[in-house]
Amino acid sequence: MYKIVAKKELAPKIKLFEVYAPEIAEKAKPGQFIILIIDEKGERIPLTIAGYDRKKGTVTFVFNEVGKTTKQLGLLKEGDSITNITGPLGNPSEIKNFGNVLCIGGGVMIAPMLLQVKALREVGNAVTTVIGARIKDLLFFEEEMKALSHKFYVATDDGSKGYKGLGFLKEFIEKDRFDRCIAMGPVVMMKTVCEITKPFGIPTIVTLTPIMVDGMGMCGVCRVTVGGQMKFACVDGPEFDGHLVDFDGLINRQRMFLPEERLSSLLWEKLGGCGCGGK
Amino acid sequence: MAENKPTPKVKKKAVPMPKQKPEVRRRNFNEVALGYTEEQAIEEASRCLQCPKPQCVPGCPVEIDIPAFIKLIREGKFDEAVKKIKEKNSLPAICGRVCPQEEQCQMNCVLGKAGDPINIGRLERFVADWERQKGVTIPEKAPATGKKVAIIGAGPAGLTAAADLAKLGHEVVIFEALHLPGGVLVYGIPEFRLPKSIVQAEVDYIKKLGVELRLGYLIGRIHTIPELLKEEGFDAVFIGTGAGLPQFLGVPGENLGGIYSANEFLIRVNLMKSYAFPEYDTPIRIGRHVVVIGGGNVAMDSARSALRLGAEEVCIVYRRSREEMPARKEEIENAEEEGIICKFLANPTRFIGDEKGWVKQMECICMELGPPDESGRRRPVPVKGSEFIMNVDTVIVAIGRTPNPIIQRTTEGLAVTKWGTIVVDENGRASLEGVYAGGDIVTGEATVISAMGAGKKAAKAIHQYLMNKK
Repeated sequence: MYKIVAKKELAPKIKLFEVYAPEIAEKAKPGQFIILIIDEKGERIPLTIAGYDRKKGTVTFVFNEVGKTTKQLGLLKEGDSITNITGPLGNPSEIKNFGNVLCIGGGVMIAPMLLQVKALREVGNAVTTVIGARIKDLLFFEEEMKALSHKFYVATDDGSKGYKGLGFLKEFIEKDRFDRCIAMGPVVMMKTVCEITKPFGIPTIVTLTPIMVDGMGMCGVCRVTVGGQMKFACVDGPEFDGHLVDFDGLINRQRMFLPEERLSSLLWEKLGGCGCGGK
Repeated sequence: MAENKPTPKVKKKAVPMPKQKPEVRRRNFNEVALGYTEEQAIEEASRCLQCPKPQCVPGCPVEIDIPAFIKLIREGKFDEAVKKIKEKNSLPAICGRVCPQEEQCQMNCVLGKAGDPINIGRLERFVADWERQKGVTIPEKAPATGKKVAIIGAGPAGLTAAADLAKLGHEVVIFEALHLPGGVLVYGIPEFRLPKSIVQAEVDYIKKLGVELRLGYLIGRIHTIPELLKEEGFDAVFIGTGAGLPQFLGVPGENLGGIYSANEFLIRVNLMKSYAFPEYDTPIRIGRHVVVIGGGNVAMDSARSALRLGAEEVCIVYRRSREEMPARKEEIENAEEEGIICKFLANPTRFIGDEKGWVKQMECICMELGPPDESGRRRPVPVKGSEFIMNVDTVIVAIGRTPNPIIQRTTEGLAVTKWGTIVVDENGRASLEGVYAGGDIVTGEATVISAMGAGKKAAKAIHQYLMNKK
């Protein structure tokens, strides 16, 4: 059992949990993920590690309440426990002094991007950060990110805050010479970033979050085509060279269970699992 | 004077095992075989000739004293019979169900020459089930040695090694990467062949021996093998991490929706119980026309599970012919009785998707058998221009697995073969001091019982190593 020691709502439906998991905290590195299962009937869901405190023995992750499992997770309170957390999983990020790094975090992945930016700064990189969301209300960690970055920008899909969309990137990639770009966020966002950086030849690393079951190299559901080869995000990734990733294939595979996910979520709400008493 | 004695009349036919009827069982996940009654078990045991030089024992990878336990069953001493088995085998209820006895102990049974061999597996299963219902007794353990052993993987190899080492007085901790113990017994073999409550009972028995179980520990990531030995205070490590990454066909369209590896399909259905979705959260989607690619036991398990999940038609496509099928004969028969169709000498060449990215058709090519290959089986060769199309909406690829790479990648100095399996000597000793390995991670995909045999052998070697170590 893994106890939730702190819970925060970062934006509507976006929640942060800090859980007591000293052995995972001891080993976790930026870029890795955990898999959790809420209870014995639960599914295994992967979440990117957003922080760890080796002294306190805690691990932090952030999730968006989109399906039954994340909604149910969101109902847990400080002091409650999660049946099982496995981690750290996946390969750690390559953290070294690349020079001038452009970091783009979108949606819920803004959280692990903060950890990434911290690590990149610690080894001496100059970091330009962009955070993005659909609308301004879904942005979080603005102050924290700003404090760590040399340059900081905001973008939203609807233009309600900062730039509208990511088209503006092209302009400052032309101006600023970036040695590396790191993108973490929705697949469509990472695809757009890769399309923008590719003509400039900026090495671009993306974090893939395909469907996973075991997350440790057994089931193969997280397979993705990278450079024409089949790779498994859980053991070969989750980070890959974004210019080689078949994003359309990935988008297609992520949609595989949408009808079942909707059904599960709907039934759970109808049966009052969400605490609304079936209303 | 032998001619004066009346020759006992040996019954040539084995006592049949009661089973669920095919038309019933094809739509439920309950166990297919129902097990012997006490009378049936005694009757079957009475056929045993009690050979002075038994041919069955050398066929058993864990060397159970088979004639002795059968004699005890015949005498109605079930309690003693199960004790006799457990001297060598800590998981009899499992082995009685999933061992390929026809290729092992039963293969050389003298009775088999002129009739059915003794059904050793069914008898083993009977006494194990009898004991479980009555309450399992825990054997005496040797005094504590003060030595600590880490077992990586709670599958057949790891559980066996853990039980043997605990009985010898060592402190044993099993690190299991999944959230439930059992390895392939829980994620791979379906409920209708091996009920999970039985695996749980066998694991409980091992816990009662004092073995500690830590779930959700992926060794190589959370602790490495050198860390277990140097920092975590373990004196020896046994690696039993099993078969890992699924193999795919490498043909176009394999990433379309509706195409599962057998591992994914079976993990969803067995470990995550998606047959009970949405009561259980993990989904599975099964189409009307399901095709399973492959001819082994995993293919049979996948096909039979798909049928139970409601598929209208399940077809197994295998590139060789029936004779070369690696699956157990009994399982092929069970599958066919349930209405599963086998299509031989065909191999997929590509998958065709619909506008939503879901598989809708599979193109195959006909094969013919050429001269034998290195496995001794005749090599399948494609017949030019023989392509044909099948309409499918679910495909399960069951063509084997390659070893999980995580431990090999994170353990410096561990000798590994070009296939990624761990190199060991005849006692299961790996290339690093204090490190042992066994089961599929060493042999590549094999059987539950051969993994248990390897766990047993390694436990013996680990014990010797620990007792000689200062």
